[in-house]
Amino acid sequence: MAEQAKALQVSDEVAISIQGMNKWYGTFHVLRDIDLTVYRGERIVIAGPSGSGKSTLIRCINALEEHQKGLIEVDGTVLSSDVKNIDKIRSEVGMCFQHFNLFPHLTILENCTLAPIWVRKTPKKEAEEIAMHFLEKVKIPDQADKYPGQLSGGQQQRVAIARSLCMRPRIMLFDEPTSALDPEMIKEVLDTMVELAEEGMTMLCVTHEMGFARQVANRVIFMDEGQIVEQNEPEEFFNNPQSPRTQLFLSQILGH
Amino acid sequence: MSDTHAQTVTYVRDTMLPQAAPPSTAQGPVKWLRESLFSSIPYTILTIAALYVIYVLLSGFLPWLLGGVWTTSNIRECREVLDGAAGGCFSVLAERWNQLLFGISYPQDGYWRPTLAFVLLFVAVAPVLFSNLPRQLLIVTALYPFIAFWLIWGGSLLVPVSALLSIVIGYVVYGKLVKTSFAAGLAGGVIAAAVVWFVLSMMTPSLSGVLALEEVASRNMGGFMLNMILGVVCVSLSLPLGILLALGRQSSLPIIKMICVVFIEFIRGVPLITLLFVANVVLAYFLPPGTSFDLILRVIIMITMFASAYIAEVIRGGLAALPRGQYEGAESLGLDYAQSMRLIILPQALKISIPGIVNVAVGLFKDTTLVSIISMFDLVGMIRGPILASTDWNGVYWELWGFAALLFFIVCYGISQYSQWLERQLQTDHH
Repeated sequence: MAEQAKALQVSDEVAISIQGMNKWYGTFHVLRDIDLTVYRGERIVIAGPSGSGKSTLIRCINALEEHQKGLIEVDGTVLSSDVKNIDKIRSEVGMCFQHFNLFPHLTILENCTLAPIWVRKTPKKEAEEIAMHFLEKVKIPDQADKYPGQLSGGQQQRVAIARSLCMRPRIMLFDEPTSALDPEMIKEVLDTMVELAEEGMTMLCVTHEMGFARQVANRVIFMDEGQIVEQNEPEEFFNNPQSPRTQLFLSQILGH
Repeated sequence: MSDTHAQTVTYVRDTMLPQAAPPSTAQGPVKWLRESLFSSIPYTILTIAALYVIYVLLSGFLPWLLGGVWTTSNIRECREVLDGAAGGCFSVLAERWNQLLFGISYPQDGYWRPTLAFVLLFVAVAPVLFSNLPRQLLIVTALYPFIAFWLIWGGSLLVPVSALLSIVIGYVVYGKLVKTSFAAGLAGGVIAAAVVWFVLSMMTPSLSGVLALEEVASRNMGGFMLNMILGVVCVSLSLPLGILLALGRQSSLPIIKMICVVFIEFIRGVPLITLLFVANVVLAYFLPPGTSFDLILRVIIMITMFASAYIAEVIRGGLAALPRGQYEGAESLGLDYAQSMRLIILPQALKISIPGIVNVAVGLFKDTTLVSIISMFDLVGMIRGPILASTDWNGVYWELWGFAALLFFIVCYGISQYSQWLERQLQTDHH
């Protein structure tokens, strides 16, 4: 499998390296012996049935979940329990959530400038310029003075993407970014993500949008029961799945 | 649209008809009366009955209020003037006005001092309550405790100034050291403040005449002024303390969590009046003999602890109501614990907690009257003791208690109205 992954790499620079990672919730073994190397510029889609540990895996990368065994290295920094170390990695790694997690008491602009101002110590004026730049990129600069509660779900998710981008992350994690959206809003969010991918952002994406995987991903990872079962380039993955579990999964989600 | 219709329909209206007014029975006061008061026979009967009750109450109360006597010097003169007619003996309020407000032994020529402190209170509190006021006013807020202390208790201005100075220096030292570690900053700040305070308090006695007002001892404080002092100080101290306790109770550090839980549960499990008796009597046994520990300060500590335990639980409810995603959103952006609490979590949790906090604040303010039981002469203590016990005014219950109720009602209703306004201000969805 290592050679397989090697063949798919788009650059030599390692962005994320996970070795022998294990995680338990109490006594429940959620992630088993995860080995994963993500190279700079890769667009990886992680698929799998619910409860397979895909969200937990990417939440471990920015330490929203603690792993109990193994090594995670992000951008050359080994993830330890040291708070400063964790905060540093989080400020380099952007994350979008299923439920957006915008801050409802702040305007869209304030949502975007908060972290640059407080974490990066960017002057307010400059932070606002950066924020407007990224809000234009996700095509909602005119909503900057509204509050998240006044926006549609799709707009909120695009704001969430812009908010992450304002920190100039080198890696973006997406945790089912379209699962809480109405069908007509999924497209606007996916379009934003496609654009991001085309600019060469390193992306790890947990999603059920197989069309997105085909179009954008350079590697699809299939997880089941806390393990990486199979990974391949999308064409091969969808047309020629190797493991029976992958075949079953694909037949279920593509079958109708 | 009209193009498509033009093919299929022979006539399409292209202007709106002018709007017609609804019938007079369906709008304005007539509609309101019909719907709210006379919508059915039982409602009509209830309306008439309610109007009758209101009439009976007012016909008793208004002559008493409007026909009252304001200028006599004791209750017997009141009775002579009224001569059996309905009317209140409000002379007691006029004659004992200063006692009701300032207590029995505050120096008479110094009444302007607490009055000025009271007026300044509005200037100091305004920028905290209304965020659209210029932020520079917060300097007044920061200086207010020292000014108010000097005005009310008197003495040399150097005492509050040196207290202010030691706090400022302590804070500067904290700011320098906190970059290395929080514990070092805190310890350094406290030590620096203590040293400065100690040095300055060695020097001030020789300069005690500088800008001195006549000193007033705490036991001479009384009347509604005492309720206001206790209420304002305890509310403003118990809110930050309550926030710390609520955060401490959620802490992942077991010792901090345990201390907070034990404190909150113990304080909530004990009646306030017990704590006040402890403050008044028992605390003296634990202090080294000869030390005098100001009674008002002891009472302030007890009421603050009591209220902060309640506020902590209210805020804990607010914290629990926030979705986990808000914590994760803040964490994923790289905000540290202090930043995510201050910028993301607390603003939202406190907003949810406003009704509960106001509930505690209003309750606390009214509970300040309990100090009358440990023989302090607050408004209730004044009425119960010196005024009603005097031969001049023995028996004037309605007027005095009505006045006390009115004063407390004005303050508490004001707090309640402010909190409702604040909740509307902080609403960020659908507007």
